[in-house]
Order: sequence, then C-alpha cells, then structure tokens
Amino acid sequence: MIPDLGKYATDVLSAYAIALVLLIGLVGLSLRQSAKARKALNDAERKSRK
Amino acid sequence: MSFWEYANPVKFMALSGRVLPFATVLATSCLLTGLVWGFFFTADDFKQGSTVKIIFLHVPAALMAINIWLMMLVASLIWLVRRHHVSALAARAAAPIGITMTLIALFTGAIWGKPMWGTYWAWDPRLTSFMILFVFYLGYAALWQAVEDDDTAADLTSILCMVGSVFALLSRYAVNLWNQGLHQAATLTATKQSPIDASYYYPLLVCIVGFITLFITLVLLRTRMHIRLRRTRALLAREAAQ
Repeated sequence: MIPDLGKYATDVLSAYAIALVLLIGLVGLSLRQSAKARKALNDAERKSRK
Repeated sequence: MSFWEYANPVKFMALSGRVLPFATVLATSCLLTGLVWGFFFTADDFKQGSTVKIIFLHVPAALMAINIWLMMLVASLIWLVRRHHVSALAARAAAPIGITMTLIALFTGAIWGKPMWGTYWAWDPRLTSFMILFVFYLGYAALWQAVEDDDTAADLTSILCMVGSVFALLSRYAVNLWNQGLHQAATLTATKQSPIDASYYYPLLVCIVGFITLFITLVLLRTRMHIRLRRTRALLAREAAQ
C-alpha cells in the first residue's frame, strides 16, 4: 500500500506523521474549544433568562 | 448591502454558520485528494528521491504561515481604524492556525533539509526570519491570554501584529533580498512559469487549495467561538453587577 520510498522512507514518513498530528490536533482542539464555548453560552443565557 | 454589515456579530454568526459546512467539505476533499495524490501517485525526483513528496506539506504550510500573519495584519488594522470587534476576534482566531502552519513548515523543512542540505537547520535568511515569525506568533497568542480586558488586548496585539509583519514579509522575500543561504527561491510564483514538473505542480495546487480552505474553515469556527466566549463574559458580568 505504501509506495517504495527508498532510503528516505524515515524522513518522508516522519514529515507526514508530524504534519498530520499537528493538523489533526489543531482541528480537534478547535472543535473541542468551540463546543465548550457553545455550552458555556447556552448555560449563561439560560441563567440570565431565569 | 455593505461588507461592513458582517462586522455585526449577529450577521457574522448567521453568514459563517451557512458557509462553514461547505468550507469543511471543500477543505476535507481537497486535502485528502492533494495529499493522497502527492504521496501515493507521484514519482520520485531524480535528485531529491522520495523527499520531493514533502513539498506537498511544506510549501502550502509555509505559504499559509506568512499569509495568515498578513490576514491578521489586515484584521488588526480594521480593528484599530473602525473598532469592529469581529475583526479583532478573527485575528485572534487565526493565530493558533498560524502557529501550527509555521511549525509544520519548520519541521518538514528541517526533515527535508537533513538529507538534501546535510543539516536540519542553518541560520539562513529565510529560515531565520521564519523562526522569528514563529516567535512573534507565540508572543501574539500569549499577549491575548495575558491581558484581561478584550479591547486593550486587541489594541496591544494589533500593534504587535504590525511590528511582526516586517518578519512575515522578510520570510517571503528573504531569498530575493539576500542572495545567500541554503534556501532556494520560491517554488511557485504568480508571474513566472512554475519551475516544477506538472506531475508535482497539480497535486501541489490541490494541497494549497486544501490548506487555504482548511484555514477559512478553522478561522470561521474559532471566530464564532471567540464571539460566543465574549457574549458569555458579557452576560456573566451583567449578572454579577445585578
């Protein structure tokens, strides 16, 4: 499945691994923080309506 | 209808809510297509071997790292001149994305540099200005965290952003300004024909579109998050005052 990367396999695979971990981490963190912010606002609005 | 209407948080939330699903689908499909195409279906270069596949990450990430700072500069100037909160929050939202892009560019560049240049790092004009840009990104994000009052934080970070723009531009033009160092000239230019073969050029273009749309998706998502946090703080402050 993985193409033959020859003698640079470690370099290429580690570059892709680091970049993908950073990108997925950024997306995951943004989604998590966004969900927390939405929940915090809903709670605050519910409280202020009471 | 004026562009400035979207400086109204309610209008911005409505528009960004409609745009987000499309931007997400476009970013995901372009990134998957570009990276799979580049990694699995491009041949090794006669000089660089398989390390040429690193350009599909390095070039778009470096391009975004510089341009995100310039987007932050425009948003900061809008804040300073017109005092629109959404623009200040958009600049704030872009900073973590810029930090990630700069890190990807630095790491992938270093990994590519070791087999090609014989070193992970050199104090070359472009590499050094890029490292300084990374420090500015960190300082910018830290300043937002450090200052409690949102408006004061927006003022201070806008000034920092203007100063850092010198390094964003230096990162872009360092290889043209100083004809020395290891880093080669730009891979893609708007004016000249691309120096790279079409078999690398097209997947690279798809990756660049993927990184741009990923940025748009994340900056919209994060700006919406900051607008919600700001509204929450206002509600809590109002409640505390009663």
